[in-house]
Amino acid sequence: MDLTSIIGEAAPRQGHKVLFKEFLSENVVRMRIEAALIAKERRPGQFIIIQTDVNYGERVPLTIADANTEEGSITIVFQTVGKTTEELSHFEVGDYIPVVTGPLGRPTHIEKFGKVVAVGGGIGLAPLYPIIQGLKAAGNHVTVIAGARNKGLLIMEDEMRAIADEYIAVTDDGSYGRKALVTEPLKEICENDKPDMVIAIGPPIMMKFCASTTKPYGVYTLVSLNTIMIDGTGMCGCCRVTIDGKIKFVCVDGPEFDAHLVDFDNMLKRMGAFREQETEAREHTCRFRKALKEMQEAEN
Amino acid sequence: MPRFHEDPQILNEKAVEILKGLTAKEKITPKDRMDIPVQKPAVLDPLQRSKWQDEVEKTFTPAQAVVESNRCLQCKIPNCVKGCPVNINIPGFLAAAAKGEFAEAVAVIKQSSLLPAICGRVCPQERQCQENCTMGKKHDPVSIGKVERFLADWDITNNTAPMETAPDTGHKVAVIGSGPAGLVVAADCRRAGHEVHVFEALHKLGGVLRYGIPEFRLPKAVVDSQIDSLRKMGVHFHTDYLVGRTRKLEDMMKEDGFEAAFIGVGAGLPIFMGIPGEDLIGVCSANEYLTRANLMGCIYPGINDTPMYRSKKVVVLGGGNVAMDSCRMAKRLGAEEVTVLYRRSRNEMPARREEVQHAFEEGIHFCFLQNACEVHGDDKGRVKSVTVQRYELGEPDQSGRRSPVKIEGDTYELECDTIIVAIGNKSNPLLTGATPGLDVNKKGNIIVNEETGETSIPGVFAGGDIVLGAATVILAMGEGRRAARGINELLAKK
Repeated sequence: MDLTSIIGEAAPRQGHKVLFKEFLSENVVRMRIEAALIAKERRPGQFIIIQTDVNYGERVPLTIADANTEEGSITIVFQTVGKTTEELSHFEVGDYIPVVTGPLGRPTHIEKFGKVVAVGGGIGLAPLYPIIQGLKAAGNHVTVIAGARNKGLLIMEDEMRAIADEYIAVTDDGSYGRKALVTEPLKEICENDKPDMVIAIGPPIMMKFCASTTKPYGVYTLVSLNTIMIDGTGMCGCCRVTIDGKIKFVCVDGPEFDAHLVDFDNMLKRMGAFREQETEAREHTCRFRKALKEMQEAEN
Repeated sequence: MPRFHEDPQILNEKAVEILKGLTAKEKITPKDRMDIPVQKPAVLDPLQRSKWQDEVEKTFTPAQAVVESNRCLQCKIPNCVKGCPVNINIPGFLAAAAKGEFAEAVAVIKQSSLLPAICGRVCPQERQCQENCTMGKKHDPVSIGKVERFLADWDITNNTAPMETAPDTGHKVAVIGSGPAGLVVAADCRRAGHEVHVFEALHKLGGVLRYGIPEFRLPKAVVDSQIDSLRKMGVHFHTDYLVGRTRKLEDMMKEDGFEAAFIGVGAGLPIFMGIPGEDLIGVCSANEYLTRANLMGCIYPGINDTPMYRSKKVVVLGGGNVAMDSCRMAKRLGAEEVTVLYRRSRNEMPARREEVQHAFEEGIHFCFLQNACEVHGDDKGRVKSVTVQRYELGEPDQSGRRSPVKIEGDTYELECDTIIVAIGNKSNPLLTGATPGLDVNKKGNIIVNEETGETSIPGVFAGGDIVLGAATVILAMGEGRRAARGINELLAKK
């Protein structure tokens, strides 16, 4: 029986193939996805926007953690914090992510500063990695301060150690490295051996305190902001932040800004604009996934 | 069941009666034509439609379209054509439509305008073709836009043959941006036989037609059908492709074999008021509000993932079409009270007259000669009210409109939870900044040759809002036609 006319030819899959996936911790995923053009153009500090559904999905910015131009792939590292990242964590090798746009944002300005301290908190360690690579290649002495809530969430240690001149690990609960916040070793370094530049990427509250730590020492400090975005090309203005009293768009003017000029308090508030809706959506998805799993188990 | 202002069936029956009368006559005199009452399309009931996304105004029935076309006096010097930014042969298509020869009428329109289903819906006809209509001096002007829309819709359902294209020339053209200007260039260049690739930064095609203009004013099925007709002609579309970032324009021209490119990326960088409190939660640009609703599907709550502001009391700042779209959308998404603050008076409003009328009917409050001057928030950083400043009209300014002058000390507080800023857009520097050698003016708009639309980079053309600053769909299309002509002439020499 010839069913070709009914089945038809397989339409070419739309989107970007997942080439590799691993869990770095319970809710942190590293994924390598096919994106030849983005791999070629991306520079440290830039991000992409992904959607898990082209019709109804939301657009979520994720920083590019690495790229391979030969393979034509980029690496993203993300934590499952909302509905879309939760969905994305269920994509398997061979699946296609329907929308991947980028690279977006301005690349990190990399030059030989001298002594650089790179502070990464939690998932912020992922976007920090390509920047450290770039800084190292430009001839800087790089000290990494890696912080996380606990040992399980402290990601990419081996990669960091391989390129950094110094590596300091801190955890909130002391389950690994020093029991401290990232600002403690940062303050010590500023006091004893003042760096020429600091770059801090992590939760907004961490970046805020890194900024206030380095400010008295007059150390030039960069932070990479991850505000709410839609298009990521400057069109909607949703991601706007106040920098030195002026409105700036994180997607086109950033994502990196002089930490001492950022109005963090306002940014922290704005990032919670849709918290209620986000929580509902996340819970809905988790309930759905759980029900699905139960159904599958029941069938088996 | 949809309810209407006037029963569509009765509207049609009236038209049929008039038509019977006209066909009984041996010759229709200008007097007869002037006696024909202006035809009105069926319009959804305001109370009902302000909760729906359905298109507010329905298309003419065939009888209505023929009757309305018969109102045209076929002036020797057609002033209407002068008022049309793309100079459609209006008496030409109305004459054909008056005889019921719809296919011919469509062909006449398509000589000048390639996207009539869109123009018929979104053009400000009252300030273009219909403003100059001779009939309009004593009676209502001929509803040119509504006939155009009928013909375009008739064409979509009855004529599925793709537009003819010249034999392949082997030349490649890149069109950057899939908004109105880009779509027109794609069609014109493809008709000339070139291989055309359209690059869109977003995940869906259509630019402002998709993310900006709402479903109730321009159904997305109409946009889809116009894009589909381009696909059938052989135009290639690429979404999620941000020229300047995903790939540099220079590389596309040098390595990807594009011999000409058209930049039609629009004016996408929203302007804010610059008033205190604008960074509070609940203040957003109209671009953001409409993008969430239209492009990201917040008009389908429960299915889509993108969150939307849960607004009860909304204030919209501005008096243009975008402001009208925003206030009417807010109403449809469940806001109880929607207020438009416009710092001039109703006469100066740049919005299409019909949209203002529709907004009024839907229960939007209008506060003229008023503007926001400070936004106040609660302890969580959410908007709770706005201070409104009153104005009076002074001397005419450069735009010819009487400029508003502040009445010192005359302010009041207006309670609200959402403020939508719809006061215009600046040019987006993303592509221009990433393209060395591309000359822009002080405002960041691309400078082009007035004859051809060519930019300072040979082979690269531009048009639409990125050249004009924020303007209308039809002006963007006019710009696109000019650039397409420029491109086709350039490629003909190669």
